Amino acid sequence: MKKDEVPQDDGFLKEEHGKELNYAVDKDGNYTTALSSGWEAKTIALNNALARIEERIADAKTRVHENKTSPIEYFMEYCRMDVPVLSSYMGMWQWRVKRHFKPSIFKKLSDKTLTKYAEVFEIDLKQLKHFDTDS
Amino acid sequence: MKIAFEHKQSAHCENGVASNLMRFNGYEVSEPMVFGIGSGLLFCYIPFVKLDSAPLITYRAMAGFIFKRFAKRVGIVIKREKFKDPKKAQERLDENLRKNNPVGLQVGVYHLVYFPDEYRFHFNAHNLVVYGKEDDTYLISDPTMEKVTTLTAQQLEKVRYAKGAFAPKGHMYYPISFPEKLNLEHAIKKGIKHTCREMLAPVPIVGYKGIKTVAKLIRKWPIKKGTKRANHYLGQIVRMQEEIGTGGGGFRYIYAAFLQEASDVLQNDTLSELSKEMTEIGDLWRDFALEASRIYRNRSAQTDAYNKVADQLDSIGNRERDFFRKLKKAI
Repeated sequence: MKKDEVPQDDGFLKEEHGKELNYAVDKDGNYTTALSSGWEAKTIALNNALARIEERIADAKTRVHENKTSPIEYFMEYCRMDVPVLSSYMGMWQWRVKRHFKPSIFKKLSDKTLTKYAEVFEIDLKQLKHFDTDS
Repeated sequence: MKIAFEHKQSAHCENGVASNLMRFNGYEVSEPMVFGIGSGLLFCYIPFVKLDSAPLITYRAMAGFIFKRFAKRVGIVIKREKFKDPKKAQERLDENLRKNNPVGLQVGVYHLVYFPDEYRFHFNAHNLVVYGKEDDTYLISDPTMEKVTTLTAQQLEKVRYAKGAFAPKGHMYYPISFPEKLNLEHAIKKGIKHTCREMLAPVPIVGYKGIKTVAKLIRKWPIKKGTKRANHYLGQIVRMQEEIGTGGGGFRYIYAAFLQEASDVLQNDTLSELSKEMTEIGDLWRDFALEASRIYRNRSAQTDAYNKVADQLDSIGNRERDFFRKLKKAI
């Protein structure tokens, strides 16, 4: 890549984040560095990853309303986690976390367990317990 | 307390931390040099590890390996510590800062408040340097950022104790012993040989063979996996290449910069020629990423479009095979 080809497309980096560093060749063929504000290919790929996350969050929300899953799954998606990551934050086996997705099991969870979930999700216990009113 | 630490932005966090810590200790070693000596360049397709439910592809050595190999090859010793107890982790950090010693930390990205929201995923192998503390705020040199930044003690603890794969567990590191003079020549040769060995490995998921394997798979995806998953997989390849810090095209350029520098150190003109060739290969990776991302954006899964990017990837595989054969001979 030549230095003047270092992409300056719109990316996700805002003013305060600064730009990204790239290695490129100057006109004498020597390696140097240049800053890039973003690149189309990267932006497309990231946009799609984000759209996929949004889709998963929306889907989880619908299923909470349909009583097919518990708010834990919704907030897990919201925090961009998956079951392995969440179980690791909770210090619980994955099967236990998955079990807590069941609305009937979720209703029986102790406040202690729920508080721990709320802390991991960085939300109020209330938001976890009374999903509909707060979302 | 604030240590006189020079922040220099880098393309990749681990090389950057290593290079900046070396400079602080009086050794001018560029980011590409760290990357090359540490045999950072790689291609590996890991179908049994999933990232966002797509198979993992990496374009560089595993986190931590680059600095480790670099240190071993130039003869410096790095002290590494992990702590079960976050309090102890903080005490030891403060102790080092008091002793005027900036330290490298492994952190999780998700809770890094100074990152753009869009970039925050549960990825735990990011690296940064802490170079001071003012009241309850730590001074941070994150080499991927243009400028230095800060984190409160609480924010820092959160990223040091991120959970999930590669959990940092408070991982802290810094060089403690240096040779009288860095023997770069020897280290460069070792680094290059190692990279050639890996890139030419007779294993279907590593090196140029791995690239060709993925090309083959791309042709099958639209039929075998359906449009949606095929597109998701392809998008993930681009993301892993350009976004998630595993950088394909980008790393090829860093490697080309390394070869150019190495050609000076070793007085070897062939390496300078090979540097140009690696730059061309880097350009091919970028072309591939652009084509692939466009297929993804258009949400089409026409088999011929897939075949086209697969062809591109296949020819990159051939180019890298020829390249590393030549590089092996040049050393």
